[in-house]
Amino acid sequence: MDNLHSLTVHDAHELLKSKKISSVELTQAVLKHLHEVEDKVHACVTVTDEQAIADAQKADLAIARGEIRPLTGIPALIKDVICTRGIRTTCSSKMLENFIPPYDATVIDKLKDENYVIIGKTNMDEFAMGSSTENSAFFVTRNPWNLECVPGGSSGGSAAGIAIDEAIYALGSDTGGSIRQPASFCGVVGLKPTYGRVSRYGLVAFASSLDQIGPITKDVTDCALVLQVIAGHDIKDSTTVPLDVPDYTQALKKDIKGIRIGVPKEYFVEGMQTEVREILEKAIYKLEGLGAEVDWHASLPYTKYALAAYYILAPSEASANLARYDGVKYGFSYRNTESMWEAMEKTKQYGFGAEVKRRIMLGTYALSAGYYDAYYLKAQKVRTLIKRDFEQAFQKYDILATPTSPTTAFKIGEKVDNPVAMYLSDVCTLPINIAGVPAISIPAGFTGGLPVGMQLIGKHFAEDMLLQVAYNFEQATLWHKNKPSLK
Amino acid sequence: MRLSAEEVRHIALLARLGLSEEEVEKFRNQLSNILENMVILAELDTAGLPPTSQSIAMENIYRQDEPQPSLPVEDVLANAPDREENYFKVNAVLEQ
Repeated sequence: MDNLHSLTVHDAHELLKSKKISSVELTQAVLKHLHEVEDKVHACVTVTDEQAIADAQKADLAIARGEIRPLTGIPALIKDVICTRGIRTTCSSKMLENFIPPYDATVIDKLKDENYVIIGKTNMDEFAMGSSTENSAFFVTRNPWNLECVPGGSSGGSAAGIAIDEAIYALGSDTGGSIRQPASFCGVVGLKPTYGRVSRYGLVAFASSLDQIGPITKDVTDCALVLQVIAGHDIKDSTTVPLDVPDYTQALKKDIKGIRIGVPKEYFVEGMQTEVREILEKAIYKLEGLGAEVDWHASLPYTKYALAAYYILAPSEASANLARYDGVKYGFSYRNTESMWEAMEKTKQYGFGAEVKRRIMLGTYALSAGYYDAYYLKAQKVRTLIKRDFEQAFQKYDILATPTSPTTAFKIGEKVDNPVAMYLSDVCTLPINIAGVPAISIPAGFTGGLPVGMQLIGKHFAEDMLLQVAYNFEQATLWHKNKPSLK
Repeated sequence: MRLSAEEVRHIALLARLGLSEEEVEKFRNQLSNILENMVILAELDTAGLPPTSQSIAMENIYRQDEPQPSLPVEDVLANAPDREENYFKVNAVLEQ
């Protein structure tokens, strides 16, 4: 069978279940394709060829025993911020270049219970801080739709890898848009679950009140299948909620007649690319055509304060979380000095890249004596206003529809020396993390050969309705069937 | 507002982050630009508003304090930059 690498999760599952293919065949085909395209795309920090085949053999034995689950035997890419026992987990940082975790993240435990297959660990902005994957300490990942462009970030390796079929699905993490913005730039599906829906145990912490792990997939059905496996309460992460996880595939069977969709005007921002606006308008008309009740004049009045609040809250949490990289227990360690303090300072100086240092500095400043009230406490109060914006909107609407990012993928190098311009790339995604609500990015069209993503935002724990609306749109448009040709 | 080089060095010291002189100058400019973009928050009257530290209202979570197996010592020390027996080894903390 040809082109096994381009299968979706649900197609691969049917073929494995009916024994038309084995997991070893599938995994070998995926690895072969990965090695053909990886030289151009550079999506992976580590490719786990041997572990992948071993996982596939184990999966085939399980299938032979009749033990097949939705992700059994299916190859995945994992963002290199999620701990994998015995497999290097670098966060694309010199600080963790040789770090081999002694335990698995809870999401990895859950994938292992399915007998999944790990293909590799994907490149990212260092410690998930960035919007282009250019902040990787190792190399730049390229957008498969245009190799001169960034794949977005921080989960750029996972999104680029799925767009070019280096695996069947991937996991990413999202603190201010790091799943959705690269999914939009690479023309794939990316979901940030509600805060507390998926365990963060074993996710290397960036901003703990904002971080979530989520799926990056080739279509909405796959997104539902992967979320189903990774979601749920975890005793090791007390911010996960003890709620039942609904059957997400059931949501895909419903139409969207009568669903109330609000289009918040504040998300059609100044400086937005004209073509992105037009594609989004067309996409929302399509939702209307499918029976949704669209209000084009929805409003989230505090949106314009979200960016500033985010760049106080996230760096503040980061500055506390990253204090642990002191060169004592693991990671890079500068030892060529007598003094312990100097060793610690030099460890951070040489171990961290520019963006990480910038955010540690920003966060330390916002938390320091004399500035705490004006910055950190102020931002937390603005967070209350932004959260209330969403609560009020969701009294009138079931779903909010917006662009995922104001532009398509930009050129490599274009924004790398201008942090403020880079931060604007996440202006439509970061309010969602501030409010903790779930959101999905799905392909909504193309301009200039580059994909455009539509973001759908839902109520807390209403991932099922997001998937329902996303699936109806996908089946009516089929944008996800487009594939990059890697020229 | 513009940060001084002294302020930048003070913040770096609080974070125990070593910076070169070039970095001090670069961050002085970049952090000043970023902070200028935050002035917008001062427009908002937030007096009397409660702060939100995380988005899902959860109270403290408790569980039974039941002993569980710990990670093996060798696994924990496997990533240590330096060790002596079953300890992490660092430079002298107290200087003579």
